[in-house]
Amino acid sequence: MADDTPHTQQAVDEPSQEGGDAPAQPAFDLEVEQSHKWYRRPDVLVPVTLVVLGLSLLAIVPAPSGRFSSQFSPGREVSFGWDYFFHLLPQMLRGLYTTARATVLGFLIAATLGMVMAMLRRSQNRVVSLPTAFLIEFIRSTPILVQMFFAQVLVRSVDWLSLNPIVILFLVLGIHYATYASEAYRAGINSVPKGQWEAAVALNLDPVTKWTRIIIPQAIPNVLPTLGNYLVAAFKDAPIGDAVLSTAGVLFFANTIRAEDFRPVEPYLLIGVGFLLVSLPAAWLVRRLEAHIAYERG
Amino acid sequence: MLTPGQYAQLWNGMLATVQILAGAFALGIFLSLVVGVGRLSDRRWVRGISFGFVEFARGISSIILLFIMVIAIPILLGDMIPWLRGRSVAVLGALALGVNMGGYGAEIIRGSILAIPKGQTEASIALNLNPTQRLRYVVLPQALRIILPPMGNLTIEILKGTALVSVVGGFDLMRATQNQIASMLARGAIGVTVLFVNVLVIYFILAQGVNALFRLAERALDRRFQQRPASKGVRIDATVGAETDG
Repeated sequence: MADDTPHTQQAVDEPSQEGGDAPAQPAFDLEVEQSHKWYRRPDVLVPVTLVVLGLSLLAIVPAPSGRFSSQFSPGREVSFGWDYFFHLLPQMLRGLYTTARATVLGFLIAATLGMVMAMLRRSQNRVVSLPTAFLIEFIRSTPILVQMFFAQVLVRSVDWLSLNPIVILFLVLGIHYATYASEAYRAGINSVPKGQWEAAVALNLDPVTKWTRIIIPQAIPNVLPTLGNYLVAAFKDAPIGDAVLSTAGVLFFANTIRAEDFRPVEPYLLIGVGFLLVSLPAAWLVRRLEAHIAYERG
Repeated sequence: MLTPGQYAQLWNGMLATVQILAGAFALGIFLSLVVGVGRLSDRRWVRGISFGFVEFARGISSIILLFIMVIAIPILLGDMIPWLRGRSVAVLGALALGVNMGGYGAEIIRGSILAIPKGQTEASIALNLNPTQRLRYVVLPQALRIILPPMGNLTIEILKGTALVSVVGGFDLMRATQNQIASMLARGAIGVTVLFVNVLVIYFILAQGVNALFRLAERALDRRFQQRPASKGVRIDATVGAETDG
């Protein structure tokens, strides 16, 4: 940010200095050269830093532990108790935090593993690319619920392997959404114009330079909105882990309270509201990102 | 591999899954059409309600929507809407999944209607077709080619969603599987793993079936578009001299 300001000012000041000696130079020749490095642009850097900071905080700090329980519950004649509803709110937020954390950690796996899958899928070697394509298709078209059960029994049946339920949740979410992410990467890579590939060949760039300096920087902006949508989708699938693996997310909270007080209406509606309060702003942000990228592309 | 008896159980579960999918699909398509067209309405309140529905259906997690629909709603609204009481979990679950599908489907339909060139609508206005006829005979038949591929993907997503009905206590392929677990445990945890591999394969085959059906529909549609005239035998009565509201 600090680097950007003097640079811009200089560009603005220069013509005014020259204005005295050389009046022939027309004013509209002034051209503010904008830095194309994304980390030198405050309008990109600030949101990116905020998102990265927020997500890493979410990933590092676990939710406070403790069981879910209510202090009181309304009588049977009350069909919907508002004070009970608000009384449950802090605990719901705790569950929501765990769900969001599982989503972020799972998606970290998905984003990296997805790239690996996309590369393997692109491989020239059919022995590599065909099984990868089949695996992606298989994981994509089977329910994540069944995959969670499968992972659970798989971990149980292997003696030397013991994983926390929350770790199984990260892994299943990660692998499931890696297949989606890999398709998004593939589409992004394919959207890089052919001329760019040919230019990289013509310049005799080695594969690493070609990918890191030419292809991926141009593919990423196309992929980001899709990845954002999948992040929201993964968030919506994370509560399934509560039902299968008993991780302490929102749905686990609601099930616990329901079992304790025999009042299902308030907790379930509460988690529905809590979910919308997170996923709607998130979806809105993704849409803004999409519009912003479309605008920059012109 | 499993015993024939177990496969028979899974077969029953699969039929239940397909039924839930069919119900959710029917409701989903209906809601998609109504809400997708509603989002492009001239009336502000129709647009508002449609937008609210789409945001709700897409924003909420399908498993939480299932819990709300199957457990909370019958208690909360049972007195107002007696129909809700005593409905089976499968029906309520299909309802929830249909709402979920409707939210996503509405956006597909909205996008495809917007993708049809404006000249088509203008031409149909010039031919004095009313808004319903415009949609029915001019816009939607062309939009259908754009709608089908994403709708196929969405249907597969809903097929995956039907497995969640077992979590709220409905009978489907997943519930049939869980009923088998006890007998499989005798063979150790490996047996249960084998059971779940079978179930994954069944879901995969179902998804490929849905995929194939949509491919067939796409091909049939393409063929219809290649044969001219496309609207042979369709007679549209445009009222002459009626006021247009486009």
